[in-house]
Amino acid sequence: MTRQMTGAKMIVQALIDQGVDTVFGYPGGAVLPIYDEIFQQNSIRHILVRHEQGAVHAAEGYARSTGKPGVALVTSGPGATNAVTGLTDALMDSIPIVVLTGQVPTFMIGSDAFQEADTVGITRPCTKHNWLVKETDKLSGVIHEAFHVATKGRPGPVLVDIPKDVQFANGTYTPKKPSVSHYQPQVKGDMDAIVELVEEIEKAKRPVFYTGGGVINSGPAASQLLRELVDATGFPITSTLMGLGCYPASGDKWLGMLGMHGLYEANMAMHDCDLMINIGARFDDRITGVVDKFSPNSKKAHIDIDPSSINKVIRVDIPIMGDVGHVLEDLLKVWKSRGRKTNSEAVAKWWKKIEEWRAVDCLKFTQKGKIIKPQHALSRLEALTKEHDRYICTEVGQHQMWAAQYLNFEDPNRWMTSGGLGTMGYGFPASIGVQMAHPESLVINVAGEASWLMNMQEMGTAMQFNLPVKQFILNNERLGMVRQWQELLHGERYSQSWSEALPDFVKLAEAFGAKGIRCSDPDDLDAAIMEMITYEGPVIFDCLVEKHENCFPMIPSGKAHNEMIMGEVDTSTAIDAEGKVLV
Amino acid sequence: MSALKIKKGATSHSAYNLRPNFSDVEERHTLAVLVENEPGVLARVIGLFSGRGYNIDSLTVAEVDHTGHLSRITIVTTGTPQVIEQIKAQLGRIISVREVHDLTVEGASVERELAILKVTGTGDKRVEALRLADIFRANVVDSTLESFVFEITGAPEKIDAFTDLMRPLGLSEMARTGVAALSRGS
Repeated sequence: MTRQMTGAKMIVQALIDQGVDTVFGYPGGAVLPIYDEIFQQNSIRHILVRHEQGAVHAAEGYARSTGKPGVALVTSGPGATNAVTGLTDALMDSIPIVVLTGQVPTFMIGSDAFQEADTVGITRPCTKHNWLVKETDKLSGVIHEAFHVATKGRPGPVLVDIPKDVQFANGTYTPKKPSVSHYQPQVKGDMDAIVELVEEIEKAKRPVFYTGGGVINSGPAASQLLRELVDATGFPITSTLMGLGCYPASGDKWLGMLGMHGLYEANMAMHDCDLMINIGARFDDRITGVVDKFSPNSKKAHIDIDPSSINKVIRVDIPIMGDVGHVLEDLLKVWKSRGRKTNSEAVAKWWKKIEEWRAVDCLKFTQKGKIIKPQHALSRLEALTKEHDRYICTEVGQHQMWAAQYLNFEDPNRWMTSGGLGTMGYGFPASIGVQMAHPESLVINVAGEASWLMNMQEMGTAMQFNLPVKQFILNNERLGMVRQWQELLHGERYSQSWSEALPDFVKLAEAFGAKGIRCSDPDDLDAAIMEMITYEGPVIFDCLVEKHENCFPMIPSGKAHNEMIMGEVDTSTAIDAEGKVLV
Repeated sequence: MSALKIKKGATSHSAYNLRPNFSDVEERHTLAVLVENEPGVLARVIGLFSGRGYNIDSLTVAEVDHTGHLSRITIVTTGTPQVIEQIKAQLGRIISVREVHDLTVEGASVERELAILKVTGTGDKRVEALRLADIFRANVVDSTLESFVFEITGAPEKIDAFTDLMRPLGLSEMARTGVAALSRGS
């Protein structure tokens, strides 16, 4: 079936054929024909953001919470350049999104035309792949290919740049068909390597599963298989920031997050293990600490769909290239067929050791006095929302780490945070994308006031589309993580790390027609949080918290997993050392 | 000293100073990369090398299969074994890249490069240049009363050697194509 239509109509038709129901975008001169087509149809909802960066982050939030690719539509020039941060964010966190950009007409490309930018040139290093389409006949094929590339293999952002004359011209529409693409990544792992890993699982004395975002990207089935494997073997499991939710936090094999601000027991287990099974994680520098001292006595297996992740940072003994879901399925099959063996005696001893580390209770804190500790705010948020159908987004900084530590995730796709790029301003637009995909769910963006202000214009979007996103701002009037590093590493010289002239967040909410809630007294916190949850509309929650709280535990950069500094004890010495710290 | 026991002025606490201790012996590898011949494909490959800080010693590219729309990029690069492995994996990740071959490890291969050299001079030097060109099987492709243009083909080392000899004899300009390479046998 082929049909003649304009390029603009083709774009909308291709999106419909790809099952797209929501597009986040912002119109402009070079995409007007597409917006004209959007105006004349009812299959796709268009969400008008207030800044193109917001469109891309919203598409990311949509993608991460649904597992489906997110779609953003922006104009040429500034529209495209504003999308760059979101594209890079999606590339670093392997999030499938398709960004469509308008471009000046083909005959004007290269003439420094109004709102012209070399979009494919600018976005080449921050997309998985991109295309400039110069012929209308090729347009629909490229869009179908774009969805294929974004979602297959290691997912990532793709961009299709479409000149305005290509949108106006007539061409032949190519329907979506089983992929004829050359891009067909290998999903099945090598059986010999899988058997080798099973042999190691059978004899391991101190094993640990180290899981990451790859499990979530592989889909809900992969999380299910992981749970089966963990529960059947009885091995402890930790996860990166990106992988939270792939194994339930309530599970008794769960050690909590690992890494720079991970839990003591998780990092110690990584350091002392004799078998590390990396499933869909990439040995990021926030995870490994200093590489030379990383888990010195372990055999390491690494399951990853991207061959370039293998041996990039840490040399592994058993590399398995393939999709997490497929590999885990084979792994379980082999392990079961060989009699479901583990060295249970040694593993029980290992658990005893882990329990000792757990007993340190590295996340303990004391809420006393009349100032809310951020940890307390999040503990109460957790307690009051955990029964809800809940999605959590975050911005970037201390609040993000506290959220990862004090909120519990039972399922995948419930946790949207900017891990690799660390994009302040990510969380609010992401929460809009999540709420669009899950209109009935409770969507909370845990934010710091500094991050939140970076994309606060999206309040307009939340109001216009009646998206009841809850902005839970831990307001310390500081760039908290920057301040913490300045305290610990730069002699307490707090260069530019506090914000004066902050807005009154309650009035700000009211100015947009939303609800504002301020809470500064620990005694009022529960009632205030309940008010936020029950309000049927967007809320800005201004939670005034302790201004100089540090985020612990912490692996100082350049140190190893077993050299963590812990909470209150170490902090107090840090403060005592005030004079010495000054240079 | 701060609570982290980091010495004043120390830089080792930087999060980015975390290089692992893989072998640091640099190797020279010749890679043959088959790519779809489409706009921007060379930029993708070069961008990968510059973006990730890899070396390019030589790079050649031309279409080799017109009907199949394929170009062949031959890259000579240096790096530690781990970096070479990364380069190959990263190249393989580019969507427009169809095949990556490391000719240095995949059995025997032949490497050839073409160079054109202009040598100016008169008298004995001119005669000597012509004599050496004959020994190196370089062809004279242009001549004036004061200059020769030689064309020489061979392994890069041979061209280096010829260039070194021509320098004192009046080498004034040269152009090299970079390495083209193929594996031996079938």
